[in-house]
Amino acid sequence: MTVQIAGVASTPFGEHPDSSTRELFTDAALEALEDASLSVHDVEELYAGNFIGDVTDDQGHVGAMLADYLGARQAASMRTESACASASSAARSGAQAIGAGDADVALVGGVEMMSASGIEEVTDALANAADNEYENEAGLTFPGIYALMAQAYVNEFDATQEELAAVAVKNYENGVSNPISQRQEETDVESVLDSPPVATPLNLQDCCPITDGASAAVLVSESYAEERGLETTVSFVGSGQASDSLALQDRPDLARTRAAERAAEDAYERAGIGPDDVDVVELHDCFTIAEILAIEALGFFERGQGTRGAVEGETAVDGRIPVNTSGGLLAKGHPVGATGVAQIVEITKQLEGRHPNQVEDPTVGLTHTVGGSGASCVVNVLRGGE
Amino acid sequence: MIVQPWFVDFAEGIADGEPVYLACEDCDQVALPPRAVCPECGTRTLEERPLSETATVTSSTRIFSSIPAFADETPYTVVIATFDEGVRLTGQLRDADEVELGETVAVGVEQRGDDEWLVTFSPTD
Ligand SMILES: [Zn+2]
Repeated sequence: MTVQIAGVASTPFGEHPDSSTRELFTDAALEALEDASLSVHDVEELYAGNFIGDVTDDQGHVGAMLADYLGARQAASMRTESACASASSAARSGAQAIGAGDADVALVGGVEMMSASGIEEVTDALANAADNEYENEAGLTFPGIYALMAQAYVNEFDATQEELAAVAVKNYENGVSNPISQRQEETDVESVLDSPPVATPLNLQDCCPITDGASAAVLVSESYAEERGLETTVSFVGSGQASDSLALQDRPDLARTRAAERAAEDAYERAGIGPDDVDVVELHDCFTIAEILAIEALGFFERGQGTRGAVEGETAVDGRIPVNTSGGLLAKGHPVGATGVAQIVEITKQLEGRHPNQVEDPTVGLTHTVGGSGASCVVNVLRGGE
Repeated sequence: MIVQPWFVDFAEGIADGEPVYLACEDCDQVALPPRAVCPECGTRTLEERPLSETATVTSSTRIFSSIPAFADETPYTVVIATFDEGVRLTGQLRDADEVELGETVAVGVEQRGDDEWLVTFSPTD
């Protein structure tokens, strides 16, 4: 059963002090349904990512809450949680429900409200994605974990802080053209290196910001789209998800993301493609080093060569393999529970030819979302019309 | 927060100078407690063995912005160190601000609060 994407939407990413988890998700969901020309009563399954709401809002049972406030009480609803990959798991679950013939319409998305909590509280909540005893009890933060990966990469491949910074420079520039992007200013290598240290070798501009935001996508079966006369050109053609050790210390190679390699292999096989067939990518650049590890895990660069992407323009909008044309997590922002579907929104717009940083005639798009330091990873593949 | 009994046992082992790790009798894979299943071959033949008290530094980072429990202690350094037996462990650096990759460090623990434990590493030179 072919799964098609009938509508997509993201709220502006940034600070929404007067909104809330339920209101922000409803905003994105209603816009996606409108984009699909469907109503809230058409939704059969609702899967939504949310990671830190238990801590920041004191609110669990988020799937039902979102279905309720969306006016979709008829829907089967569930929160999916896989840390920062939660929304990608939501999309995967929705596609599986339709692919199995169990449903014709699935609303998938995610939401996170982060800015109202203090930076320390948010850092603490995000640290729940790490191994509590072996990592958090040692005072290891999330930037700290990625810094350990970055240091291992620098040691193994003689990479430099300047090469890491090039990723931020590229993604900040892309973010400026994206109206929903949280960061609307360009940067340069010197400014990244001069920004305050967070966890060496990562500075503040190597790190994604704290973001409020929600995203949603309406997935439908091909037969339903025909029956309702929906205009759909983008298909959801393959998904892979895999795991790795929860704690970074248990990985034989700290500068390698095996869950991403496994998820990519699975997604490529299901989609019947390889890395060379991919035309545009949104991937999990929560830190500059993360983009470098990701483009290697996805097979776009040999191990140790990932720094070339941003430095030599191969991952630029007009490069060999455009990566994070939206600005990525670094510039667009990272409302953690929404990010995976936010990436699908951006790729769908690319494949429909309506992206603010449009790549020339892309056919195949890919999203890559990482939970924690790489203990989980979801890769989703989308295909546009000919 | 719930204190995990397995972690208290692990930390007290370090405190007593008798740290332990797990080794698979079938495939020789090494791991840390509290695993019941070998993460490599899937058998349940993990055996507890004594672990060295020194390790070498595999990666390190100096942390300037932290979670509430450690916010008043920044900056501090966290390292991942590798033991001769093959297992790796994460801990905070003591008696120095920085370490070289490959430098030898001794493992230790500090008790924080009633039953919370912090793994530490100190340069041996
Ligand atoms: Zn084994």
